[in-house]
Amino acid sequence: MMNLIRFSLFFLLLLSVPVDARSNALEIVITEGIDSARPIAVVPFRFEGANRPSETITDVVAADLTRSGQFNAIPTIRMPQQPHNASSVDYAAWVREGVEAVVVGTIREVGPDRYTVAFELIDVARGNLGITRQMLNAGQLTASQEHILETRETTISGSQMRQFGHRISDIVYERLTGTRGAFLTKIAYVLVQRDAEFPFQLAVADYDGANQQILLRSREPLMSPSWSPDGTKLAYVTFEQRQAQIIIQDIYTGRRSVLSSTPGINGAPTWSPDGKRMAMVLSKDGNSEIYIMDIATKALTRVTNHRAIDTEPAWSPDGKELIFSSERGGNPQLYSVNLQTGTTRRLTFEGEMNLSGTFTPDGESIVMVNRTRGRYQLARMDRQTRYMQVLTTTSLDESPSIAPNGSMVIYSTMHGNSQVLALVSMDGRFKARLPAAEGEVKSPAWSPFL
Amino acid sequence: MNVHHALKGMLIALPILTMAACSSTSQTSASDAEAEEAARRAQQEREAVQVERAQPTMTAEERVREQMESLRQESTIYFDFDRATIRQEFAETLRAHASFLQSNPSVRVTIEGHTDERGTPEYNIALGERRAQAVVQYMQNLGVSSNQMRTVSYGEERPIDMSRTEAGFAKNRRAVLTY
Repeated sequence: MMNLIRFSLFFLLLLSVPVDARSNALEIVITEGIDSARPIAVVPFRFEGANRPSETITDVVAADLTRSGQFNAIPTIRMPQQPHNASSVDYAAWVREGVEAVVVGTIREVGPDRYTVAFELIDVARGNLGITRQMLNAGQLTASQEHILETRETTISGSQMRQFGHRISDIVYERLTGTRGAFLTKIAYVLVQRDAEFPFQLAVADYDGANQQILLRSREPLMSPSWSPDGTKLAYVTFEQRQAQIIIQDIYTGRRSVLSSTPGINGAPTWSPDGKRMAMVLSKDGNSEIYIMDIATKALTRVTNHRAIDTEPAWSPDGKELIFSSERGGNPQLYSVNLQTGTTRRLTFEGEMNLSGTFTPDGESIVMVNRTRGRYQLARMDRQTRYMQVLTTTSLDESPSIAPNGSMVIYSTMHGNSQVLALVSMDGRFKARLPAAEGEVKSPAWSPFL
Repeated sequence: MNVHHALKGMLIALPILTMAACSSTSQTSASDAEAEEAARRAQQEREAVQVERAQPTMTAEERVREQMESLRQESTIYFDFDRATIRQEFAETLRAHASFLQSNPSVRVTIEGHTDERGTPEYNIALGERRAQAVVQYMQNLGVSSNQMRTVSYGEERPIDMSRTEAGFAKNRRAVLTY
């Protein structure tokens, strides 16, 4: 009972949850684009009505597609025309401009704060060919619709504009790449403002840094946020009792519960893919070892038992395997353990150290922090061939977290003399930075599909 | 924070030591106003004459307070990069803490482990814990009870020097004894 009261007090003390409605605390800066990104046009949607919504939906879509590294959304000034539906598209003009696909649409005000958004995704090359062929064959234009890749119409409120923009981006991305888009996902991270009354803050924001919400403010460090697979909870490490504790917090209700509070380390919580278990690091039995806790019963299973440091557990997508960092071979390297047989194998041999391994969603690669000649950079290793590719050109990289569609990695790194978040595409060719408006940012965690 | 904890330690330590010393007088200390008055008079005297004074015998609580104060000033020990070995130069510091803890068995100390920012946060938590445990081990070898010590590793989360230079990193690789 005492504990409950104490806990509630902490709740009041630490948990003020004002919603910074539109504070863009993080702003994406593209630092390295890709020349071969596919040219695409997102034509400003035609607005029909009196009260224009504040958010420009096509800006959101164009920014999303460019940030994916796959596409280059051309500026409006380069657009040969600004059509708002497929029938008014001059295919030949767009083909001459080298554009592959065009997104056109309309926003119609249908009531107080109600808007009907309609859009079409058009393959201009196919549109151009189709018209030519039909004109030759039939002598008259019977519209072939196969060049219209998508047509959608939805009614939303003004505040949903931004979100619907991300939805359009998801649809366009999936249609043109065959891969599910991850523009409607979120990131969790820790903000550090050393001079503030509560220097450590746990925040979530849209993947692009918009709509930041502070979930917790603390005087003591916060670490290692990890998303539940259903995207409703975060597990993280807090030092509010001057001791490391693993806490689970419901993002929407704010309800918190202590999962682990043993003497010494309680760290690196990582949810199992089925959401029922939590891999974690505890030092209660001597030094830093990996355990799996059944979340419902809190029963612990010890996974490693070695006098060297074992830490940073990460689940394979099928939940049958954990990878972790261990110093058992001298320097920290990545190892895998089969949870059914207990067989442990060393995975990495290149570089002075390899740390913080995490599986790509397809389970075929591992992204990690590689140290070579004193530089800490992200690298990706193919599990089959063991081919290792360094992805970043930054240094002091840490905490890689992969988008649920496997397209990008978010991580923390140094820029100037400050810790910032950065993005790199899975092939290392596209790079962007997300500097914070103030303070430093660390420990990013990309949400699952929401 | 450190001061706060040190004071808490004293609150535990002082009554016991007072009892042990069996000091009979219960003379209360001068009130603030009296103290100010005395200070003002002393100032005046200093200006006119030079007064020397004999060294008084310290009371038990004064001794503890002084010990705590000097220990607090020497409560940080530093480590080499990626190491958790206690350097010889800190042997004396740790001996002083050990003897204080041994003669005051009710005092408890928290040993914080810290690292520089290089490497990953989780690895640094493990490294910081190892540094804190190295201090615990060292103190145990000097005869301190393990019940008086607990560890907490902050890894790279609480740097004291933010310069991100080699010298700054060296200052951040530390263990701190907090009472």
